[in-house]
Amino acid sequence: MAEVLVLVDHVDGDVRKSTAELLTAAARLGEPSAVFVGAGADAAKETLARHGAAKVYRLESADLTDHLVAPVAEALAQLVERTSPVAVLLPSTNEGKEIGGRLAIKTSSGLVTDAVDVRPGAAGGVQTTQSVFAGSYTVTASVTKGSPIVTLKPNSVPVEEAAGAAAEEVVDVQVSDGAKAARIVERKEKTASGRPSLTEAAIVVSGGRGTGGDFGPVEAFADALGAAVGASRAAVDAGWYPHSSQVGQTGVQVSPQLYVAAGISGAIQHRAGMQTSKTIVAVNKDPEAPIFELVDFGVVGDLFTVLPQATDEVNARKG
Amino acid sequence: MNIVVCVKYVPDAQGDRHFEADNTTDRESVDGLLSELDEYAVEEALKLVESGDGEVTVLTMGPEDAAAALKKALQMGADKAVLVTDEAIAGSDSVATSLVLAEAVKKIGGVDLVLTGLASTDGSMSVVPAMLAERLGLPQVTFASELTVEGGSVRIRRDSETDSQTVEASLPAVVSVTDQINEPRYPSFKGIMAAKKKPVETWSLADLGVDASQVGLDAAWSKVEAVQARPPRTAGEIVTDEGEGGRRLAEFLASRTFV
Ligand SMILES: Cc1cc2nc3c(=O)[nH]c(=O)nc-3n(C[C@H](O)[C@H](O)[C@H](O)COP(=O)(O)OP(=O)(O)OC[C@H]3O[C@@H](n4cnc5c(N)ncnc54)[C@H](O)[C@@H]3O)c2cc1C
Ligand SMILES: Nc1ncnc2c1ncn2[C@@H]1O[C@H](COP(=O)(O)O)[C@@H](O)[C@H]1O
Repeated sequence: MAEVLVLVDHVDGDVRKSTAELLTAAARLGEPSAVFVGAGADAAKETLARHGAAKVYRLESADLTDHLVAPVAEALAQLVERTSPVAVLLPSTNEGKEIGGRLAIKTSSGLVTDAVDVRPGAAGGVQTTQSVFAGSYTVTASVTKGSPIVTLKPNSVPVEEAAGAAAEEVVDVQVSDGAKAARIVERKEKTASGRPSLTEAAIVVSGGRGTGGDFGPVEAFADALGAAVGASRAAVDAGWYPHSSQVGQTGVQVSPQLYVAAGISGAIQHRAGMQTSKTIVAVNKDPEAPIFELVDFGVVGDLFTVLPQATDEVNARKG
Repeated sequence: MNIVVCVKYVPDAQGDRHFEADNTTDRESVDGLLSELDEYAVEEALKLVESGDGEVTVLTMGPEDAAAALKKALQMGADKAVLVTDEAIAGSDSVATSLVLAEAVKKIGGVDLVLTGLASTDGSMSVVPAMLAERLGLPQVTFASELTVEGGSVRIRRDSETDSQTVEASLPAVVSVTDQINEPRYPSFKGIMAAKKKPVETWSLADLGVDASQVGLDAAWSKVEAVQARPPRTAGEIVTDEGEGGRRLAEFLASRTFV
């Protein structure tokens, strides 16, 4: 069976959930081959095997990790050349999309970014589904040119476990000087919040300007639900929450099972980052707030009374 | 320092955006404007030139109406503008867009810095800058939340969900900026008047030596087969808190097995 290359997203071998989703999607198209760049492949192997990776290509050269995007695109192009995969799947992170873009040009292959689904195309290649214009349209596209390149949004594909051989092959990559032009001279890991990561979490609870800067009730509710905490841009711009937690067009795009918006009006730029959430809930004082147009359940009320009561009730029900 | 800023003319996100019969974005019935996210790139270019010397050229590829995006950038303070427009361009994907922009940057010539926005507010793929760097063979220095240019090199801060990176490259380079980098200025009255006299060149594909078969809808490497308006969400249940709002919320979550 033909290979499907999957770029592994990981932090020092700790494989992100989106990779398991990519491997699950890849198995619909062909035989998944994980492409592991950087250190930590040994730690990652078990997870990759458990999600159906038949092969694991190990690319360990420091040239790949010390420079921005271009070397990985180059290395992937070499692998595409060698393996003629039916598709290349990448995570829809900034980096994943940029690698995809460069790879498309290098290999003359079609590219679809931010897909929420992927399957074999009727006329060969792959077919994708995307959600565009802040979720108001669903677009079906097909890519037949070259080795179709698709970046998949996190939380789009339910993970299935499947045993894979994870046969390892160390790949000797040649990185050109040109690809090493942008050097990463410093890298600061973000300190873990102790909560699930925003893009991976099954539940996200976000606070906006309505919190007045007090995220306490939002965090307490999030913790009762085991959720990640997000914020609107208004809350971020006010300095109440870090930019890395901003949900929306210019922040993180999330697609959890449940999204709770507290004290957020629901501006179009905010919706662009959460509208594909499966279930949407809002708490807002203003019955006219546009966020209520989206909700499955809404409470018109003050978040400072509604959220603590809901938190107590959730904790009581958990026992 | 000579800076080219790539700006896109996009349908207003506040408007009711939709698709044409051929599944391309409807750019006629919704008012267009300079993509808000590209204003940050224009602002950054102006700041760099103000603190040193050089010239800011704004470049767009689009329909003739896209001149409106250039005009706004000229009013903000850019020195000159280039519009690449051609019937064959309609429906171009990011691959074709990056080809045309790359050829235009080469034709402008002597460029030290190519600045772009974070993403176009319509397509929002955030891939054109990386593709431009690939095509121009220049360092890619993207998603800058901070930018300094010094002694022929550029240094940025790039944040991701897991880390914060400092990236460095020598000029010329392609740099994309986020909306964290600055606060774009509004055109002043003086700027609006001055813009009327600033040069705007219009180039066709032939002027760039790009073959029409390489761009447009038919050349696209991925094909949109269908677009479907999302069915309106079935109206959810909305309750007014009269002392039980929080409990009702928790009950709803329990009924959906989130608790
Ligand atoms: C180029 C661009 C990009 C942008 N990108 C993003 C983005 O990525 N993400 C994003 O979020 N925004 C983004 N925005 C900003 C966006 O347009 C809105 O300004 C922003 O989302 C508003 O945040 P908010 O809903 O918290 O604040 P507001 O719109 O001020 O809403 C606050 C809400 O809280 C309610 N409220 C107040 N007090 C209480 C209370 N005690 N209890 C309950 N409810 C209360 C109010 O009724 C109101 O509805 C962007 C804007 C631009 C121009
Ligand atoms: N047609 C265009 N003309 C000029 N610049 C563009 C065009 N399309 C994209 N860009 C630039 O590339 C950036 C990213 O666009 P995108 O990859 O479409 O999200 C934008 O912010 C612009 O700076």
